[in-house]
Amino acid sequence: MKKKKRKFTLSSEYVLLIFTVLCVIMIFVTFNTKITAGPLRGVASYVLVPLQKGINQIGSVVSSWSDNLTNLKDVMAENEELKEQVDQLTTENNILQQDRFELNRLRELYELDEKYPDYNKVGARVIGKDAGNWFQNFVIDKGSEDGIQVDMNVIAGSGLVGRVTSVSSHSATVLSIIDDSSNVAAQVLSTSDNCIVSGSLQLMSENKISISKLTDEEDKVTSGEKIVTSNISDKYLPGILIGYVDQVSMDSNNLTKSGTLRPAVDFAHLEEVLVILDLKKGTEE
Amino acid sequence: MSSSMKRKITIFILIIICFLLQCTVFKAVIFTHVVPNLLIVVTSSFGFMRGKKEGLYVGFFCGMLIDLFFCEFYGFYTLIYMYIGYINGFFKNMFYDDDIKLPMVLITGSDFIYGCIIYVFSFLLRGRFDTWYYFKNVIFPEVIYTVVITLIFYRIIRRINRKLEEDEKRSAAKFV
Repeated sequence: MKKKKRKFTLSSEYVLLIFTVLCVIMIFVTFNTKITAGPLRGVASYVLVPLQKGINQIGSVVSSWSDNLTNLKDVMAENEELKEQVDQLTTENNILQQDRFELNRLRELYELDEKYPDYNKVGARVIGKDAGNWFQNFVIDKGSEDGIQVDMNVIAGSGLVGRVTSVSSHSATVLSIIDDSSNVAAQVLSTSDNCIVSGSLQLMSENKISISKLTDEEDKVTSGEKIVTSNISDKYLPGILIGYVDQVSMDSNNLTKSGTLRPAVDFAHLEEVLVILDLKKGTEE
Repeated sequence: MSSSMKRKITIFILIIICFLLQCTVFKAVIFTHVVPNLLIVVTSSFGFMRGKKEGLYVGFFCGMLIDLFFCEFYGFYTLIYMYIGYINGFFKNMFYDDDIKLPMVLITGSDFIYGCIIYVFSFLLRGRFDTWYYFKNVIFPEVIYTVVITLIFYRIIRRINRKLEEDEKRSAAKFV
């Protein structure tokens, strides 16, 4: 990026002009085409990724100390609560076991196994988060050399986290579904009604994301319903759990519904994620 | 090592450290959602301490780092940071080394304008019209955090700059 040394020095107005033109060209080029500054980012990654890893570890140690102190009281109270819950869950578990046997039988019956294939996954660590307060991108420590490509889906635990938006050799940037600019085509698991799940900066502080364009003619969708990725999405694999419906209400057009959902993933404490190495078919032509 | 080379390397390291702090440690340690914007402090400081040109270069580099790691189309942040550095350069003549008021005003202003630009271009243009919400919950908290951090951090930057300027004077004297 630095200019070659010459005998005369450019005045700052010219430098500003040159850089401005350069940036505007870059914005248009990267916005309108699929060209990315991959190699440049690769160079930057070689320097920064090891540093980020190290500092991140220090940061998480410090935060876990402070967490420990503040959490001790909460943990004691929680312990009591959990003991009660254990009893409750034991009974619930018995019922679920019965349900599982039934499910297995039904799956065999309908050969639904094909619908939920075992994807190849690779684990990755979150090593950096967006530098500002506006967006919820983060950087993971696996890149193209570990087989990661753009548009691969990222999950954590059981739920969807987001998708990879750019890759260099040893790191990749992930756009999370709670980001304000993220939209996911989804469906309600029980009724297969389609909807759009989009992140929102406003709802983020309540740990929710918004649902819109939900067609629910029979009024069946209630709070607690599971929302999964839809098979019509062109970037997300079908059937990945996104979260649970919080509340829905009728839109002013009386045709569709919108509302909020609670994501299945705890985005505030995201440390390890899984990247699904299978791309949705049809995206590569 | 020549003193101008020393300056470049020092600033380079300073920016890298700020970038790393901003996207790793602060996010983990601070409990709120808000992170102070150290890169704006650096860009703005070198703008009014050293003039338009150096502000421009520092801003360019800060913005480029963010673009490379977090932006989907490259150049957007570079452009913003570069102009912030450049505009701060206009205040060089009003800047006195011991005065803390002007730096505080300029850094606060820069961070506020930075927040507004991001809001307009990446939220307002996508139809997020609840302006007051974003001001109250993102822009103002960020500005306040940045100001608090600046009270300490600006002194560090000023000390670094003084050291560098002393070096430059000494090496200039040697040649004369």
